[in-house]
Amino acid sequence: MSRIGKTMSALIALAVIFSVVGCVSAPAPAEPAVQKPSAPQVVQAKLTFGMAVHANPAEDLFWGVVEKGARDAAATYGITLKSGGSGQPKEQAQLIEDYVAAKVDGIFVSLANPDALKDAVKKATDAGIPVITINSGASVYKQFGALTHVGQTERVAGQGAGEQFNQAGAKKVLCVIHEEANIGLEERCDGLKDSLKGEVVRFNVATTGVKDVKGTTAAIQDKLTADKTIDGILALNPVVGIAARDAVKAAQGSQKVATFDLSTDVLDAIAAGELMFAVDQQQYLQGYLPVVLLYLYKTNLNTVGGGLPVLTGPGIVDKSNAATVKDLAKKGTR
Amino acid sequence: MATETIARAHDADARVVRTGVVRRLFRRVEVGAFIGAVVVWVFFALVAPANWLTITGVSRILDSASTLGIMAVAVALLMIGGEFDLSAGVLTGTCGLIAGMLATQLGLSIWPAMAVSLVFALAVGYFNGWMVVNTRLPSFIVTLATFFILRGANVGVTRLVTQRVLVSNIDQVAGFMDARNLFDLEFSLLGAQFRTSTIWWIVIAFIATWVLQRTRYGNWIFAVGGDAVAARNVGVPADRVKIALFMTTSVAAWLVGMMSIVRLRSAVASEGIGQEFVYIIAVVTGGCLLTGGYGSVIGACIGALIFGMARVGIVFAGWDTDWFYSFLGIMLLVAVLVNNYTRRRAEAVGIAAARARTEEEGQ
Repeated sequence: MSRIGKTMSALIALAVIFSVVGCVSAPAPAEPAVQKPSAPQVVQAKLTFGMAVHANPAEDLFWGVVEKGARDAAATYGITLKSGGSGQPKEQAQLIEDYVAAKVDGIFVSLANPDALKDAVKKATDAGIPVITINSGASVYKQFGALTHVGQTERVAGQGAGEQFNQAGAKKVLCVIHEEANIGLEERCDGLKDSLKGEVVRFNVATTGVKDVKGTTAAIQDKLTADKTIDGILALNPVVGIAARDAVKAAQGSQKVATFDLSTDVLDAIAAGELMFAVDQQQYLQGYLPVVLLYLYKTNLNTVGGGLPVLTGPGIVDKSNAATVKDLAKKGTR
Repeated sequence: MATETIARAHDADARVVRTGVVRRLFRRVEVGAFIGAVVVWVFFALVAPANWLTITGVSRILDSASTLGIMAVAVALLMIGGEFDLSAGVLTGTCGLIAGMLATQLGLSIWPAMAVSLVFALAVGYFNGWMVVNTRLPSFIVTLATFFILRGANVGVTRLVTQRVLVSNIDQVAGFMDARNLFDLEFSLLGAQFRTSTIWWIVIAFIATWVLQRTRYGNWIFAVGGDAVAARNVGVPADRVKIALFMTTSVAAWLVGMMSIVRLRSAVASEGIGQEFVYIIAVVTGGCLLTGGYGSVIGACIGALIFGMARVGIVFAGWDTDWFYSFLGIMLLVAVLVNNYTRRRAEAVGIAAARARTEEEGQ
């Protein structure tokens, strides 16, 4: 009996594998929804593009929007998209090399750690695969032989936030780091430091981060209690932004809170005057545009930017435009 | 039933009774992982044949599996010896950061920087082992503590020294290209690009298999993992063996750390965090028992290979990488179930043979 039971359970396990795998493969190949004669494409071609970024888009709010942009563009242009990413630079480099091995027609990649991706990107360009850098990498994309760069440097975005805090008269701003050893986050704080006419306090809440939001809220609250001179908080993630707002409420403080990136909660809070502003780098474009640009390059040898990067931000969303952006954020495109 | 067994046992001594090839295969430790590897390989060969069935496809899998494989070999030896090392993943990052910072900040050549890093790795391994054998605390706790200490220090020290969470420009250091050629050279073979890390992996796996299967030291490892007290009673230097196994794991972490910095020309303070579980997954998939005393190096290597295949296959097939971890979890469960089943069968067959023998002698 027990032997039969075991055999049965093994069979069930196998069945589960294949059924899960079935679910996985079903939605992937995004059937070219084109072939309409009225579509504005220059040439119809079967193209596959690969996206490799420095976080797993499946587990990251920000990069999820980038991926959605890329998917939407791929569906519009009848392109097969492979996408993925990893916070481990080696895995990101290997992903790029996997795309090269799979002979994709174009690659777009975020260069948070240019040194680490130098060789992998070179492999792509050596193989004649056009590369576009997105998000980070504005200073090195030309050296890497990339067609162009689509994005905004984190540092410039941080500087933009600093200007806003200057206007609000903040003198001591807490910069909340919610992930350890994330180069992009550190650069945002560095940018804030560049432009703020006051003191920046770097505050590491990585042990709780976005995995334990209650803990992060408590940590910020404790920090505000400990240092009464803090009059501004810059969160680097919408979830942390809301946590910072709650911390200010709980500590009965009057600190001005701002955040990076959007969510519906953040937009509501901006409309209600609880958050000062959100730095929006329109990351949807960082997924959408590379697909379009690579498509135009592959089919019509077009290049965009005239030797300069294509900037998607920093845009500032504040009380004046929060309501209009909100409907779009709900759709996951802002 | 009993008479039948006895009758068969009369024909030949049960200890040397000939078993079929298939049955012998099914008694091996690695069989679960092996079946898993074949299933995954065939599966992706059907789903994405164009890229999968090429030499380049093979080279991509080996690239993904090689450094994991090196760690899996060391972790397998340690697990057979009855211990865990949760600090092994983060230590790869620590070693890379130490070598990178010494070389870029002090202007050392890459070699002395790497040597200092190696000494540090050995010290960490010795500390882990010494704590475990002297305090009798479970290695899970001791190395978890080491993990957190290193994880904090990686970010803290790196930010103190470089003001960033990244050590860059390691490729400007004297001797960088030589180190790269040694640890992570890319070379063409049969029209595809392979890396020397794969050769390191194969050589290390061979040496470890030989030590484990053919030397007295290998017997000691099985003995201390099976029952440390009994091993000590028959004269096995159990403490020394365990400390040596922890140090072996640390050296493997150092090696992988060096491979990483020469490949990436940089070191990030988050490197290796979370990888310790991947090592353990590979090793357990490969048939090692979490309780020690049982397992194989080859199995651990196959476990690493499955991981590499899943990673590359999902990309080649164009699936959502969202599902990678679910896929991994199912693979782990299936491999462990098959391992469990075959081990019980092998034991049952062994017991039946022994019983037949005693009954025969009793006549």
